[in-house]
Amino acid sequence: MNTSDVILKVCNLRKEFGGLVAVDDVSGRVLAHTLHAIIGPNGAGKTTLFNLMSGTMPPTQGQVFFKNHDITHLPPHRIAHLGIGRSFQITNIFPNLTVLENVRLAAQAMGKDSFKFWHHFRHFQQYEEKAQQIIERVGLQGLAETPASVLSHGDKRKLELGIMLASDPEVLLLDEPTAGMSSEQVPALLEIIHDIMRAGDKTIVLVEHRMDVVMSISDFITVMHQGRVLAEGTPQEIAANEAVQKAYLGALYGDLGLVAEA
Amino acid sequence: MNTTTSTSKTRVVTGRFAAWAQQQVGGLLLVIGLILFPFVFSWLYGSPVDSGPPKFWQGQLIVVFITAVYAMSYDLLMGYTGILSFGHAAFFGGGAYAMALFLAHVAPRIASSYRIVGPGGVNVTEIVLLVVGFLAALVVSLLLGLLFSAVSARVKGAYFAMVTLAMAEAIHILSKATDFVRWTGADEGLHGVPVPAWINPIQFRLRFYFVALAFAVVMYLVTRRIVHSPMGRVFVALRENESRARMIGYNPAVYRSLAFVTSAVVAGSAGALYALWTMSATPTMTGAGATVDALIMTILGGIGTLFGPMLGAALMELFGHFFYQWFGARWPLVFGVIFIALVMFLPYGIVGTWQQRSAQLRALLKRASQQRRQDPSDS
Repeated sequence: MNTSDVILKVCNLRKEFGGLVAVDDVSGRVLAHTLHAIIGPNGAGKTTLFNLMSGTMPPTQGQVFFKNHDITHLPPHRIAHLGIGRSFQITNIFPNLTVLENVRLAAQAMGKDSFKFWHHFRHFQQYEEKAQQIIERVGLQGLAETPASVLSHGDKRKLELGIMLASDPEVLLLDEPTAGMSSEQVPALLEIIHDIMRAGDKTIVLVEHRMDVVMSISDFITVMHQGRVLAEGTPQEIAANEAVQKAYLGALYGDLGLVAEA
Repeated sequence: MNTTTSTSKTRVVTGRFAAWAQQQVGGLLLVIGLILFPFVFSWLYGSPVDSGPPKFWQGQLIVVFITAVYAMSYDLLMGYTGILSFGHAAFFGGGAYAMALFLAHVAPRIASSYRIVGPGGVNVTEIVLLVVGFLAALVVSLLLGLLFSAVSARVKGAYFAMVTLAMAEAIHILSKATDFVRWTGADEGLHGVPVPAWINPIQFRLRFYFVALAFAVVMYLVTRRIVHSPMGRVFVALRENESRARMIGYNPAVYRSLAFVTSAVVAGSAGALYALWTMSATPTMTGAGATVDALIMTILGGIGTLFGPMLGAALMELFGHFFYQWFGARWPLVFGVIFIALVMFLPYGIVGTWQQRSAQLRALLKRASQQRRQDPSDS
């Protein structure tokens, strides 16, 4: 696939919760093999947009296309099989299972063996091997047999990524992967994201609050404000955009200093 | 060349068997103990194996074996898939009624017009009809499982429990409806089911004992295979975090239905055997009390352990027997107090708490031995 191909596209997407319009007529596209960040103050509609793209919620209006297929009303498990993986802002794992089993289940989901009920699950070694690779890739080696619930917060975030990677998606929707992490833990996670991008076969859509992170790793940035797209462009363009600076000043956004600097 | 590979293969196979036997040593000893039980008991008691107390205690254990399978099927739903259903009696009773109705109303007609006699005067028709009756029970419970999962697919939590309870009550009311009194005996139940003579639980108690024991062992092994299979692991994923399971590509509705159907079939098979044992099917078997029994046995033994609920079933039967002797009709009151104490002090049930404690102990020992290994290099 060419870099300039559009892999994910949303058209006039709208989501209302009662009287509240969380996502208001949003259109946009994500190019294949790029890292596309979505930023904006709290309540801008970023997570809702993710929920619409991953099938967690149906939109009130509008459409979502993945490689020119309309996926707007597909259930989440179908979208996962098409090749869109998603991680969550609030850690969302299988708490009482081991790290290995968390990742192995995600690998198994993409295979054709999940309806088999007679052989022991370890008989299907390919999933376990894949899970071991992923565990190493996200830096959890040595913790494979640890129950997920006793991991540190930073390791849980890594596991969250690992679960998503194990299903080998083409598009990764990362909802604030560094949420709740201390600044010492962030570089390790960014290294994993860099590593994913270096492989060159994945597209990442990222919601992130840390402006330094976003400015340094993104190819494109979409700025959302009150449910709408405020601006779109490369990090340089966004940094120079007056409307963005104004919106962030207006919202008294914490990282505004960094925006002004960049 | 060929012989060397084949001998090495046999060695591998025997090696694997040895490893397996070592792992299962507790279970094997238990099964051997239960096989020997009738004979040892009658020898100790000094009365023949087919009468008196030996015969009575074989009967008690037959009930234990059957209810153990029933409790285990509930664990598949509650412990492994995280589905809290209050309608489990419908599957057990459904299986029992299917078997009893078939033997009482369908089988005699077929037997009177077709009679196949095998070598040595074996009545083949009777055996075939018994197998068909058993299959009928499996099909009925399978359909009930599908029905339950279809109706309850869209509700969650307490509403789900209420829907399953309501459906089981519907089956219960159906089982005692006077409209079908000709077939089901309504309130009274269906009694005097013509069980084939060779497996008659009164005449051939010891034979029935071994049938029930084999049934429990086979059902346990089958269910254990299922919970350790790729499909069984998806059940566990649903229990742990349904929305996440959906996001990585599992369709929860499909796997929940599969769990329901599997559990229903296991419960239905237990019901079918229970109908043979009591030579009847009664509304008690479809009532809410039977569901509560499964729930208590599962919690008592430990949810999500398979063997725990079986142990829970054994304890409840034995408690019931002795407590009735000691406390008379008030025994459930005493049992209730003990049950509350057990839930408070062993919140994961007997087997669950045991597994947890032994895992903690192993971790502790491992850490201690690691420290011991490190110490010399330090000093």
